[in-house]
Amino acid sequence: MKIIKIKDLIYEYAKYDEEGNIAEMNRAIDDVNLDVKQGDFIAILGHNGSGKSTLAKHLNAILIPAEGIVWVGGKDTKDESNIWDIRQTAGMVFQNPDNQIIGSIVEEDVGFGPENIGVETDDIWKRVDMALRAVNMTAYRNHSPNKLSGGQKQRVAIAGVVAMKPQCIILDEPTAMLDPLGRKEVIQTVKELNEKEKVTIILITHYMEEVIFADHVIVMDGGKVVMQGKPREIFSQVEKLKEYRLDVPQVTELAHELKKEGVFLPDGILTIEEFVNAMAEFL
Amino acid sequence: MIRDITIGQYYPTNSVIHRLDPRVKLAGTMIFLISLFLVKGFTGYIITTIFLGAVIKISHVPLKFMLKGLKAIFLLLIFSVTFNLFLTSGEVLIQVWIFKITKEGVYIAGFMAIRLIYLIIGTSIMTLTTTPNELTDGLEKALKPLNKIRVPVHEISMMMSIALRFIPILLEETDKIMKAQMARGADFENGNILQRAKNMIPILVPLFISAFRRANDLAMAMEARCYRGGEGRTKMKPLKYKKRDRIAYFILGIYVIGVLGMNMVIGNFL
Repeated sequence: MKIIKIKDLIYEYAKYDEEGNIAEMNRAIDDVNLDVKQGDFIAILGHNGSGKSTLAKHLNAILIPAEGIVWVGGKDTKDESNIWDIRQTAGMVFQNPDNQIIGSIVEEDVGFGPENIGVETDDIWKRVDMALRAVNMTAYRNHSPNKLSGGQKQRVAIAGVVAMKPQCIILDEPTAMLDPLGRKEVIQTVKELNEKEKVTIILITHYMEEVIFADHVIVMDGGKVVMQGKPREIFSQVEKLKEYRLDVPQVTELAHELKKEGVFLPDGILTIEEFVNAMAEFL
Repeated sequence: MIRDITIGQYYPTNSVIHRLDPRVKLAGTMIFLISLFLVKGFTGYIITTIFLGAVIKISHVPLKFMLKGLKAIFLLLIFSVTFNLFLTSGEVLIQVWIFKITKEGVYIAGFMAIRLIYLIIGTSIMTLTTTPNELTDGLEKALKPLNKIRVPVHEISMMMSIALRFIPILLEETDKIMKAQMARGADFENGNILQRAKNMIPILVPLFISAFRRANDLAMAMEARCYRGGEGRTKMKPLKYKKRDRIAYFILGIYVIGVLGMNMVIGNFL
């Protein structure tokens, strides 16, 4: 079943000059088509201004397409009566952990979403317990969010979305403001959600290391989808990725450079382990 | 340094007073404050003092913390006492040059001082035993009838709790901006008041911009989590009166009767 289907999506916004007249139209998303299967882990990569965040906001009906159609869980985002169903189907986690936590105690924040959709009190508690367990934050349930680390805050934000029992979670650069340790925590959590709870994940990022275990990688540039495929297929095209101002993982780059120098290695090495094995075989 | 400021002065102990429904505490504080103005004469304070003493004892909050609040009104207290002491006419006790202290003056000054001190202690008991969030929750529920006359009670309490959540974040940010500007040579310590106020502009402008940006982000995050106002919203921690709350209301009732009864006794016999 297709959880998300995007057809010929175009999104434009106007730039105004000082008198308030439309100076130019900027096309943030240009003719994007995309199908996401239930249970998939999709990664969207792109440099700043590539349109990846704009695309994400379409999946949650925060932005409405200028042209084309976006279906989430079979519902058209253009229809305003669908808006709350869509937001329940596709939860969204944002970049800045501080600006998306509403409650002043962890568990109250996680309960915020279920409260909004009118879940009964007993059920809210069950969902909060479940969500906190899913992101491994049960021990912090009575803490103030202000006392948590960035990675922990972001996990609370994820729990807040999980508590609404969405079929799909969209993460808009959830690790951009975190330190390496926090980044690892968050990605690990997301991966577990995908594997254990079978939640569809759409991860938007510009860190390549985070997408190597995705089922499908989409590279965006200038509002267009420029590359699509399995991580291995994408990362074997090192030169092309560099054209889109994206860094490949260090091991992949090392393997690529070695290969250029005549060392025989397979294409698209993603992890250090793979590299070591391939190298051992070569020697 | 700026981060040391704590909002609210919640003192966590797990006492009965802490666990009471915030609405009971709000009502109790109101009743206590009103009762202070009903009391006639020093004898009237006996019941108020017993009541206040008992509540302090049960709350397990050290008296020291209650008295902290008095610092803020120290000047006011001195003023009211001196004015009453010297400016009340009546039977002269001591006279130094043109300053007279009268018997009535002493009486009224003492009476006023106790009233002021009790006012402050009474309200600090509430803030010491109730978290700011409980307070906004309590206010929302207690003021719900105002919804009928189109007062956006839910929205107001939501704003209050969001403000409370963002105070520490904005304080931290102020601290950061201040340091950043100081690193570029900004001077916040020298000059007269006007100059110093002017020097605050490089702090305020970025702070405001960032606050608006945060507000925008937060609004989007709230909408993404299906927030659409108070309608149809359920509560994770609904306020429900328990047995202890009913007992507390009962005790409050007895207290009111006690104060009024005492007044009648004093009125009849003194």
